[in-house]
Amino acid sequence: MSFRKSLYAATAVTLVTASGAFAENLTIATVNNGDMIRMQGLTQDFTDKTGHTVEWVTLEENVLRQRVTTDIAAKGGSFDIMTIGMYETPIWAANGWLVPLDDLSEEYDADDILPAMAGGLSYEGTLYAAPFYGESSMIMYRTDLMEKAGLEMPKAPTWEFIREAAAAMTDRANDINGICLRGKAGWGEGGAFITAMSNSFGARWFDEDWNAQFDTQPWADTLNFYVDMMSESGPAGYATNGFNENLSLFQQGKCGMWIDATVAASFVTNPNDSTVADSVGFALAPDTGLGKRSNWLWAWALAIPAGTQKEAAAKEFLEWATSKSYIELVAENEGWANVPPGARTSLYENPNYQSVPFAQMTLDSILSADPKNPTVDPVPYVGIQFAAIPEFAGIATEVSQEFSAVYAGQQTVEEALAKAQALTNDAMEAAGYR
Amino acid sequence: MARAVTQKRKIINTVAAWGIGLLIFFPILWTILTSFKTEAQAISDPPIFLAFDWTLENYGVVLERSNYMRFLWNSVIIAGGSTILGIIIAVPAAWSMAFVPSRRTKDILLWMLSTKMLPAVGVLYPIYLIFIKLGILDSRIGLVIVLMLMNLPIIVWMLYTYFREIPGEILEAARMDGASLKNEILYVLTPMAIPGIASTLLLNFILAWNEAFWTLNLTAAKAAPLTAFIASYSSPEGLFFAKLSAASTMAIAPILILGWFSQKQLVSGLTFGAVK
Repeated sequence: MSFRKSLYAATAVTLVTASGAFAENLTIATVNNGDMIRMQGLTQDFTDKTGHTVEWVTLEENVLRQRVTTDIAAKGGSFDIMTIGMYETPIWAANGWLVPLDDLSEEYDADDILPAMAGGLSYEGTLYAAPFYGESSMIMYRTDLMEKAGLEMPKAPTWEFIREAAAAMTDRANDINGICLRGKAGWGEGGAFITAMSNSFGARWFDEDWNAQFDTQPWADTLNFYVDMMSESGPAGYATNGFNENLSLFQQGKCGMWIDATVAASFVTNPNDSTVADSVGFALAPDTGLGKRSNWLWAWALAIPAGTQKEAAAKEFLEWATSKSYIELVAENEGWANVPPGARTSLYENPNYQSVPFAQMTLDSILSADPKNPTVDPVPYVGIQFAAIPEFAGIATEVSQEFSAVYAGQQTVEEALAKAQALTNDAMEAAGYR
Repeated sequence: MARAVTQKRKIINTVAAWGIGLLIFFPILWTILTSFKTEAQAISDPPIFLAFDWTLENYGVVLERSNYMRFLWNSVIIAGGSTILGIIIAVPAAWSMAFVPSRRTKDILLWMLSTKMLPAVGVLYPIYLIFIKLGILDSRIGLVIVLMLMNLPIIVWMLYTYFREIPGEILEAARMDGASLKNEILYVLTPMAIPGIASTLLLNFILAWNEAFWTLNLTAAKAAPLTAFIASYSSPEGLFFAKLSAASTMAIAPILILGWFSQKQLVSGLTFGAVK
């Protein structure tokens, strides 16, 4: 009897020691948004299943970008998993900074990832980051104001229609602006919007020899159209408006239309925060009939930095967080409207999710975006609202500052485009592209 | 007549002082008020000042989501450690410059101050690499050293200014009575400069508490202080101002309380020698 007890005790000790030896503590850097915070709240499920524990480092998007870039470039090893976007993934993968995700388990079903997302998060055909959620951009509009203006929003409107509708919906006396768009300087703010818009006007950042294209007619058309429309129907001070400022205006009923990230749909239709929640409609981002719409494509994805000592555990987490079962876990706990959208095909085939009002328009917007072929004329880069080269963030920030100066009335469209042309070519020459 | 003018000026000065004080305090007051609003009320236009439904929900969410005490403890250790270490180094340095000046003392003082003119981001990468090599990335000791070095010029300058106000004859007398250098600094100079040292301590503690560049860039999960706690509630895609305000209020509350209780020492130290 005593021998049996000893045997049990020894077995128990061995099991505990063994599981302790394999249990890791993962440090994950992430952004502060609703989906990521929700995931933090559900981490216990991962710990229960694997024994691994997780420590979160949550930062504001721009701070996170700077923080993880410094760490991965210096091989700091502070994080076992990083939340990165479509811009960073191909660049970092090319530098050998990320672990390739070419050995994910069969249950994970990597083929279920939306092709646009998988394409944007791959380098030379190999996936380097698993999409946690994806987004495009679309039109959110006030159905009541549209009706009052005697107009009907097409599913896929043109920019001309949007401009007319914006003018018709504008009611300055009642503080209603026909349209709210980003104008804030920054490559991820106003820069992202105007770049995506320019694609629909036939503009591009570079020709196939990396020459800047701001001296071409499509760019002049884009910027003139934007400035004229915003002067007619935009809010005062739009030069400093970004996502949050426009969200606030829309939720308070001060915008007739807003073209921005699809993720905003859940905010503007939430009656707790939005005064217009019951009168919001959705449509595809506008075009000019040239074959490209003005919607962008973005994904927040999880990647594993090369050199981490906890690669196996990190992959386990990555599979858990971006799996089909995780989506079901969120739906069970928070409802289908709160599951991370835009990453998996199966989500949009799920009848439960199809009943969410903005689900189909989000999918249509994502599917109509092609990061490998973003412009009317051919380009040497990948990316819709950005060009996936390391120099882009710096150059685009400066260019967007020049554009914002136009919106603020500090210079003309021609002056801004001339400066953008010169500074982009200078930077590309210094970087050895030209 | 003269009395009436003086009285009038007094009233004007008082009103002006209160006005400026309120103007400076207003952003903090607004943050505190916003922390008790709902997210919808936080962004309402026109803004609501006091007539809203006060709620503690944001504090509940923040406390549930984050380990506040860990961040707080890291802040206390990092700000306190860097302040104490800075004072230990700065007192002898300021003493030597104030009482045993050389031809180059002023140059050294200016050179020390000039290091503050370099943008911090300019040395981020080298310091990051040094931290990796030394294995002190995401450690409290690493931040104590960095913040001490960052604030050292200010501490030395402040102490130097206070020490210059103390008559050198008193220290000379102590020396003639047989006091060693250590005793001279510890038992003669320090007690006389207590208001100055106290205000330097407080100011340095506040600077270290609020420092957000190094504390965000050199930490991850283990050593992150309250600045990282605030940063985790900031979002460019989503309106979470009420929660951000609750996190900010929780982060500044300890230093606000400390400043409130020690304002007498702070003011007397900062104005030490200002009027002769």
